[in-house]
Amino acid sequence: MFLELTENILTTVPLSFHIFMALASFTVLGACGVAFSQNIVYSAFSLLATFAGMVGLFGFLSNDFLAIVQLMVYVGGILVVILFAVMLTNKISEVQSSNPSNNIIAGLCLMGLLLTVLVTSVFSYDWQTREPGPYEPTAAKIGDAFLGPYLINFEIAGLMLLVALLAAVVVARKEVKFIEDNEAQDKG
Amino acid sequence: MLDQYIPLMITLVLAMGLGGTILALSLFLGPRRPSAIKGEIFECGNETSGEARERFNVKFYLVAILFLVFDIEAVFVYPWALVFNESVMQKSDFTPLLVFGEMMVFIGIILVGLIYCWRKGALDWNR
Repeated sequence: MFLELTENILTTVPLSFHIFMALASFTVLGACGVAFSQNIVYSAFSLLATFAGMVGLFGFLSNDFLAIVQLMVYVGGILVVILFAVMLTNKISEVQSSNPSNNIIAGLCLMGLLLTVLVTSVFSYDWQTREPGPYEPTAAKIGDAFLGPYLINFEIAGLMLLVALLAAVVVARKEVKFIEDNEAQDKG
Repeated sequence: MLDQYIPLMITLVLAMGLGGTILALSLFLGPRRPSAIKGEIFECGNETSGEARERFNVKFYLVAILFLVFDIEAVFVYPWALVFNESVMQKSDFTPLLVFGEMMVFIGIILVGLIYCWRKGALDWNR
């Protein structure tokens, strides 16, 4: 009976639905890991599953460029930064208390508010369903846009990266100096 | 659209299947004689010292941020490279010189930041 049911689902529901559900549940499970893990290091690693699931979702929606960006920047970059930030936290060695659940009531209120906004916006918007178009790579079109209408924006993105670079050096080096001064004081 | 992803899916299934099979085989077929020495954490043959979870030096964070900036730069180069290829093949509206010059300006802006980091000694670990 179970096999019949599975066969029924597989034949009546399109394959794309199953792929979407698999990817979405993978993403949501990763997010649950982030939220519910007692250990902040495990939370940070669960974020890997969430980001990887989003790579799959972007790929599934045939946006190859966003999928690559998600993979390179979020999985390869932001996650590393987050892990380093986690390893910089003060009480990282005390496993039990590294990720406590504080303010459950306030959190539940915020969650209810967010859920209301999301659900009302999903149901109030007039969603158009249409057949998916043919698969087309998007990266070349984005490259064209960088050279045409968005040339200035592209160079401004470079300036933003420059600002991020300078700010990181200024802030982090000050911090290093501060810590080293403290250590010198402790010794002396 | 999904047809395009079939090779990717086959690769995924093969990679996961192969990894899973090898792990399962060693789990079921391999002999298990645990001892205290075997149970130790492997640290390149040295005796382990300290905890696994220690506070990292903040210098790691700076390196990670620098990596992130150049990572994003690499992401921008990816669509540019496709357009550059098309313009060299004369399939694009843009001349190769314009396309090349645009990326040189972009990289030049970030190069200023790299030179600043260098001069400030941010790339020097011991400073």
